[in-house]
Amino acid sequence: MAHAHTDHPAPAILAEVKPVAFPRATLVENNRSFSWVTEKICGIIEGPTPRWWWIMFAVSAFLASFTVAGIIYLVSTGVGVWGHANPVNWAWDIVNFVFWIGIGHAGTLISAILCLLRQKWRTSINRAAEAMTIFAVVCAGIFPVFHVGRVWFAVLPGYLFPFPNANAIWPNFRSPLEWDVFAVSTYGTVSVLFWYIGLIPDLAILRDRFYRSGDKIRSALYGFFAMGWRGSNRHWSNYEMAYLVLAGISTPLVLSVHTIVSFDFAVSLLPGWHTTIFPPYFVAGAIFSGFGMVLTLMLPLRAVFRLEDLITQYHIDCMCKIILATGTIVGYAYGMEFFIAWYGSNPYEGFAFINRAFGHYAWAYWIMITCNVVTPQFFWFKSIRRNIGLVWILSIFVNVGMWFERFVIIVTSLARDFLPSSWGYYSPSAVEIFTFFGTFGVFGVLFLLFIRFLPIMPMAEIKAVMPQADAHGGHDKH
Amino acid sequence: MAATFYGLMARFDTAPEIYHAAQQVRDAGYKNWDCITPFPVHGLDGAMGLGRSNVPKFSLVGGLTGFTTGMSMIWFTGAFDYPLIVGGKPYFSPLFAFPISYELTILFTAFATIAGMFILNWLPQHYHPVLKSKEILRGLDDAFYVVIEARDPKFDLNRAKALLSHAGAKEISELEA
Repeated sequence: MAHAHTDHPAPAILAEVKPVAFPRATLVENNRSFSWVTEKICGIIEGPTPRWWWIMFAVSAFLASFTVAGIIYLVSTGVGVWGHANPVNWAWDIVNFVFWIGIGHAGTLISAILCLLRQKWRTSINRAAEAMTIFAVVCAGIFPVFHVGRVWFAVLPGYLFPFPNANAIWPNFRSPLEWDVFAVSTYGTVSVLFWYIGLIPDLAILRDRFYRSGDKIRSALYGFFAMGWRGSNRHWSNYEMAYLVLAGISTPLVLSVHTIVSFDFAVSLLPGWHTTIFPPYFVAGAIFSGFGMVLTLMLPLRAVFRLEDLITQYHIDCMCKIILATGTIVGYAYGMEFFIAWYGSNPYEGFAFINRAFGHYAWAYWIMITCNVVTPQFFWFKSIRRNIGLVWILSIFVNVGMWFERFVIIVTSLARDFLPSSWGYYSPSAVEIFTFFGTFGVFGVLFLLFIRFLPIMPMAEIKAVMPQADAHGGHDKH
Repeated sequence: MAATFYGLMARFDTAPEIYHAAQQVRDAGYKNWDCITPFPVHGLDGAMGLGRSNVPKFSLVGGLTGFTTGMSMIWFTGAFDYPLIVGGKPYFSPLFAFPISYELTILFTAFATIAGMFILNWLPQHYHPVLKSKEILRGLDDAFYVVIEARDPKFDLNRAKALLSHAGAKEISELEA
């Protein structure tokens, strides 16, 4: 670097190879100050509620009522109101569950894995991405809970959680579905804890700002959750360590959750499900779809709140490249599944894959291939990554494609199993369709409440990666 | 009631300033003092003479408890309380019990880590002289403070003030308890 110390003679090789001083990307543009960050983020909460917020909220709440109505109808009538019938006894419910859980994985990837890898660009998007994770887990949880019909029969006698009961029934701990119960509930809980820990310093800022502006009620509410945070460095020291440990355990957690979700299928004996490639393939797909959703959410937020200095083109480039990488892994997995089906010489396995691509559900398969394999390849091009509108549209394609991936895996294998006499064709019922689309409303309501009442970006973390935060004033580290 | 004197709070405007000030306060031998910063300043722990955080000890205990809980719960329900043959498999094996024990390890570690952070930081503590000061608003926004408490055995008002202004404090205020 330019400030190389003379007491550390540079290795002789440097004179020969002339390494380029690679410039670090700026994470906060236009040389903003610390207080600009505080004003910008707090201003969103302190300002009046924008009209678009009310419109979006009304639309989301209306959409969410579909899910509520669908669930009430399901519980009061029976699971027959969904389109499941032999042989397809698992369909949109598990498709939607895996879809939403997968969406959540990008939030944990950003907050945990990128933290361990010291990817500083995570700071401005991690709060919203973690919120997305939590709300996605909420939406995901609706389906496994309600697909049993009368929910209380699943919860109270202890089929899900080990719960002492009169019949002395304990769950079957050998079942991947039971592993799923623990994986998903741990995932939801740890995501909430991680999110909350990150929020504490920011809630403290809001507490004091509302206190000074005379809003004692809001100050008390934020203050209750801020736990009396006062920015003490003795506290920061333990806080940083706790954050690091949480990042360290969330990393194996997020990988295990989708691994276990894939076990739901991989541990069965059904052709097309019974494959060892499922865990890594599902994890890559989850991250792929999650980043799609992060872009779908963050690009409008960036535009509407004028956050271009905090979510820079560099951030968008990074996210697009992760979508490209994981999308290509998913594409590789699709190819490898076909190869193994042929190489394994199992006629049932071979048929399952031919049937996927050319059978009754070929339309779904080709939607999946188009959205998941072709779409991300556009992100090779800088001009496309710089076209924000196009990036947003492509991110929607990623979301659609990943929903179809789960549909293709689950439904094609079930609809054409070992015995041709039991073959069938599954179509969703209106109740299923409404329940599923309603979850976008549930998600929207929760996310809109989040951007209205909580700081959408971690102020403390953003300040810590700004150039002024360097205690050595930008000189060489000692 | 007359307010009791708690300590001195000195403002610094930049991260390098607080870093060097912390080194000087540390070298002067104070024990009951602190820095108030809007974000964790890299290297300030060393400049303050703080050791490694003890949070991971809580995490380790939590993780071990979680793993043991998972394994023993699955053994208790399947092999002890109500032994039931499922699929001709043994009543208990650590292999099928592993995924759930693994998840519980993580769950308990998370709770223990956060509990450890709160216990070590003595939080929640909604009343504190620093929070009462008007300066806290900037202390969480863009300024950096050194707080030296009057209960420190080495504390002497004039010498502490001299030390802080020598370290480059922009403004020194007195905190009441």
